[in-house]
Amino acid sequence: MTSPPIDRPASDRAARVRVALEESILPPLVALVIAAVVGDVLIIVFGQSPGDVYRQLLEGTWGNAYGFGQVIYKATTLTFTGLAVALGIRAGLFNIGAESQLASGGFLAALIGLAMPPGTPALLAVPACVVAAAVGGGVVGAVPGALKARFGASEVIVTIMLNFVVLALLNFIVATHIHVSETLHTPEIHAGALPRLAAVLPMFSGSAANTTFLLALATAAAVWWYLFGTRPGYELRAVGLQPDAAEYGGVRVGRVWARTMLLSGVLAGLGGLNYVLGYKHYYEEGFGTGSGFLGIAVALVGRNHPVGVVIAALLFATLSQGALAVNALVPKQMVDVLTAVVIIAVATAVPEVRRALAAARSSGIGNRESGIDGSRGRSDSRFPIPDSPS
Amino acid sequence: MIAFLIQTLRIATPYLFAAAGGIISERAGIIALTLEGFMLTGAFCAALGSYYTGSPWIGILAGAAGGLLAALLHALATIRYRADQVVVGIAMNLLAVGVTRFFLRLAFDSSSNSPRIPGFGGGQVRSGVLSSLANPLVWFGILCMFAVGWVLYRTPFGLRVRAAGEKPEAALSVGVPVRRVRWLAVAVSGASAALAGAYLALDQHQFTDGMTAGRGFIALAAVIFGKWDPKRVTIACLLFAAAETMQIRLQSLQLVPSQFVEMIPYVLTIVALAGVVGRAVQPAALGKAVD
Repeated sequence: MTSPPIDRPASDRAARVRVALEESILPPLVALVIAAVVGDVLIIVFGQSPGDVYRQLLEGTWGNAYGFGQVIYKATTLTFTGLAVALGIRAGLFNIGAESQLASGGFLAALIGLAMPPGTPALLAVPACVVAAAVGGGVVGAVPGALKARFGASEVIVTIMLNFVVLALLNFIVATHIHVSETLHTPEIHAGALPRLAAVLPMFSGSAANTTFLLALATAAAVWWYLFGTRPGYELRAVGLQPDAAEYGGVRVGRVWARTMLLSGVLAGLGGLNYVLGYKHYYEEGFGTGSGFLGIAVALVGRNHPVGVVIAALLFATLSQGALAVNALVPKQMVDVLTAVVIIAVATAVPEVRRALAAARSSGIGNRESGIDGSRGRSDSRFPIPDSPS
Repeated sequence: MIAFLIQTLRIATPYLFAAAGGIISERAGIIALTLEGFMLTGAFCAALGSYYTGSPWIGILAGAAGGLLAALLHALATIRYRADQVVVGIAMNLLAVGVTRFFLRLAFDSSSNSPRIPGFGGGQVRSGVLSSLANPLVWFGILCMFAVGWVLYRTPFGLRVRAAGEKPEAALSVGVPVRRVRWLAVAVSGASAALAGAYLALDQHQFTDGMTAGRGFIALAAVIFGKWDPKRVTIACLLFAAAETMQIRLQSLQLVPSQFVEMIPYVLTIVALAGVVGRAVQPAALGKAVD
């Protein structure tokens, strides 16, 4: 309709930032409000007062060092799985296999930790275990990526099916070869264990929080750099926004898919370190159950941005730890319900909010040029399967 | 041999119900990741209905109604609001787990299972052959697949379903209400998958937490392995069930570890998708939203 706003770069940029903020923060907020309402209803159904439950939830998590330590611990795993899912979505891929990639990473890290002789210097042992976790997760992630690139097989279905296959395989290996009798876990690793946060900050004593949290933060920073500061990251985002256009622009889409699924698997695999190196020092059947699926919620609420993922991981870790704190008042399963409601609400709100904002702007309320709308509409379709308006 | 066949049929029944629902939903263009959740909801509602009324028939109806309700929520999010089907599908499964656990504690004050509920077969300890055939759902399961095949290929509605899943734009242009067709298909799939859950609950005479144990995904695997065609999917369901039966019967011999038998449906599905033997090609508009 109007000429592109080339002549006003400053205000254009400001408007774009404002629009981006509105769109990235509004949907999660709407979703959280909806979840809070559903939560209230459930609490009242159970005959409790929402105020009491929420107060106790906060006191049991951020209100004391132990609870906070547990939140940090849970947020660590969720940061890794959330980053794994987010990286995939940025490339238009849906990694539902974080569950088994996490387990596989933890398993391989434990194997290497067991294989090394006791007394191996940490400087050697820790990196070895980290690499093992990356390989364990990466291998499981690479399979669906390669199948998608080579045969066009849906990565959604392949990752789901692989979850069952890999977990059954790991269970078999542990049960028949390396478990401590009467348990479902391996012996403790000989080397590579990471110190708990309590070793540095005594107030955390008793909680499972450990230095893997720092690794998680560093990984989030690395993902940020990869996505927005490197050429492969640029290609990844280009493929996620418009595979055909990317292909036309010279990006080899299949290769990007394969590479991204591999990296996504690596990220999820590293999450296994939190339990194996940081907490229990052994691999146990089902140690990360649910973290992979929760990673999807973390990625969505975090809007697939590394910073958002860390914040969302803390949020869901708070809910999950808080559920234990309020279990005496309401069933802790309430949190499962709320998590699901948040996911559905975000997924529903994103296209709706996008449309509502666009309508508000085009009807003159925001009086911005249509050129901004045009560029914006393209820049935020972060959802894996574009809802083709047809 | 007869016992083997009957046990296979018994194990296949929930797969048949759920896979029938999966076919309808996916052929209409809506990804059926939700079968597991619909099943679990159906199992819980069936247990509730049967427990409070004492009639397994009402249990079946309650189960189907529960699955229908869950399916309508799924349709609302994915069809009306065009939310991403995979995201919502995964969330629906989480929701089913959470809701059934929450209400299990609310209704029966237990975190693991419901009390014993009335089922079919007079309530005597399972005497193998007879008691399983007394459950009418075993027969409905087979009929269900035939019904889906007939509806899909022999009725106007089936034609519309297939059009909605293959070429929704073309269907819209000739006046097919694609969204309404999809709503119906999802509703049917919810009720059908819920019957699978109801069967499990009534067969075991109770609801236990997470009792579907991935069966919804095995049904989805059967749908893909059977290339979205009712006949082939039926065979896939029976094949998967036969493998399980074999494993149960040969357990004492320790020939093959149970974990490897568990993997069969999933591995076959991946192989089918990769196209090593006769590539599985999904409906063209699967997962795509329609205005």
